Amino acid sequence: MSCLNERFDRLRAAYPAEMASSLVLPLLHLMQQEKGHLTESDALHIADYLGVPAMQVKEALTWYTMFHRRPVGRHVIKVCRNIACSLMGAERLLGHLTARLGIGEGETTADGRFTLLAVECLASCGTAPAMQVNDTYHEGLTEEKIDRILEELP
Amino acid sequence: MSEARVFFNFAVTADSHRLPAYRDRRGYGALEKALREMAPAAVEAEVKASGLRGRGGAGFPTGMKWSFVDRKSPVVYLCCNADEGEPGTFKDRWIFENASHQLIEGVLLASYALGVRHAFIYLRGEFDLPYRRLCEALAEARGAGLVGERILGSSFSCDIIAHRGAGAYVCGEESSLLTSLEGFKGYPRNKPPFPAVKGLYQAPTVINNVETLATIPWIIARGGTAYASIGAEKNSGTRLFGISGHVNKPGLYERPTGYPLKRIIFDDAGGVRGGKGLKAVIPGGSSTPVLTAAEIDGITLDAESVQAAGSMLGSGGIIVVAEGTCMVRLLRVLTRFYAHESCGQCTPCREGSAWMDEIVGRICAGKGEEGDLERLEGITRGIMGNTVCALGDAASMPVASFIQKFRDEFAYFIKYGRSMHAGRLEV
Repeated sequence: MSCLNERFDRLRAAYPAEMASSLVLPLLHLMQQEKGHLTESDALHIADYLGVPAMQVKEALTWYTMFHRRPVGRHVIKVCRNIACSLMGAERLLGHLTARLGIGEGETTADGRFTLLAVECLASCGTAPAMQVNDTYHEGLTEEKIDRILEELP
Repeated sequence: MSEARVFFNFAVTADSHRLPAYRDRRGYGALEKALREMAPAAVEAEVKASGLRGRGGAGFPTGMKWSFVDRKSPVVYLCCNADEGEPGTFKDRWIFENASHQLIEGVLLASYALGVRHAFIYLRGEFDLPYRRLCEALAEARGAGLVGERILGSSFSCDIIAHRGAGAYVCGEESSLLTSLEGFKGYPRNKPPFPAVKGLYQAPTVINNVETLATIPWIIARGGTAYASIGAEKNSGTRLFGISGHVNKPGLYERPTGYPLKRIIFDDAGGVRGGKGLKAVIPGGSSTPVLTAAEIDGITLDAESVQAAGSMLGSGGIIVVAEGTCMVRLLRVLTRFYAHESCGQCTPCREGSAWMDEIVGRICAGKGEEGDLERLEGITRGIMGNTVCALGDAASMPVASFIQKFRDEFAYFIKYGRSMHAGRLEV
């Protein structure tokens, strides 16, 4: 944890000293980047580091959708299912991914490579349909394009 | 001035987002001008004179919002709302990816006018490239003495902090954004007190949208009157309109306000896909009431015109729906979204959005019951106006307007247990 705390310190230095509480989300992000998913003890560690109530960090961890509270695959595929993507074939693409990966929404492949999620608007409406694989956006998707993207992932 | 462009005035290349390219476009010239020859009040006066209205959705006059801040307060904060999440909207993302420096310059000008020492840019957590582009630009700007202590040798100091959200639509609501920025789950707060009086950590706070702030360098460089001369009366300037859905050329278009809605759909965006007829238009992001093809006749892209037609210009996200689309299943996409995003604080919205999704879902599953439409309408009436923030209204307006405008389609689905249009969303 000491190396992680050094990274915490660097992030904290960017904020005014009296705003420790504002570091809750940035630190949860940083920790998730490091560990893949977050547990209650991670929340307690952050609360302890910042000197804020443990409940505040636990609430944030459970309330925001981007934090994973269960192990996820190496590649988390988030397919937009909102209006613009739906009008451009999001259901069809989600069906394609489900069939290809052999898993349903919210599930992870047995080899731990992929987690498939359906998410709300990614602000890619003009280039719909879209998905995000870990941090990277992929837009103007077709079945073929999705196949290519999956094949190129490590 | 019909060709005036605040954003689309350069060619996007591999390095057009970097500082040297922005400088070549006379970037940071407005900041230099303000710091050298304008008092903070003069910057505010230009913004007031420009008639600029907020681009996030509510359209509140920017200069007036600024004037509510108590200048005697020892601390004033500025928060740039970059939690772009209104379905159909994708303009702020373009600004980050291509013109982060223009936003930074706008944040600095606003901070100078308002006496802000620390400004925050709250980006939605999913925005990876926008966040990286902003951080790169901030590093460049700091290196060039444009952000930080004693900017450009003046007595003005300002730090800008890029802060990421973590996946919550409601955090685009300004008071929820503040709660989130303070490190809590993003529950909206009752207003009053408004953020300009008690905002971030109880200090006076101005919250402005990305596009709003990124427009300010143009206004300071060329003058508020020049900006006010562009576009429609009471709606000055240009806006970034996002067109999505069933059109041939979806994308972002910068047009002066007052531009005809039909022209942007049929000329600029190339009309409806597959030569189909136009069925419906959601004019300002998914929360705004849907309009039928007949209703968009004569609408111009300014708040008053869209409002007169019974909807709202909102965030400028225009969603186009072709003939042959199943409006019942399309509404389900939205009820599911709002039920998912309701934060849980207010009972009418938390329960109501889930009930609406359940009923619309039941209709889509062929198990609709007589009285379902009246039940849905009753729920929307129970939500609207009875919640802390506007999310409740945002969830209700699509339901109420879809049922009102396409009642036959809903009645058919309930009666026969199947869609009038084979459940199609794609055309």
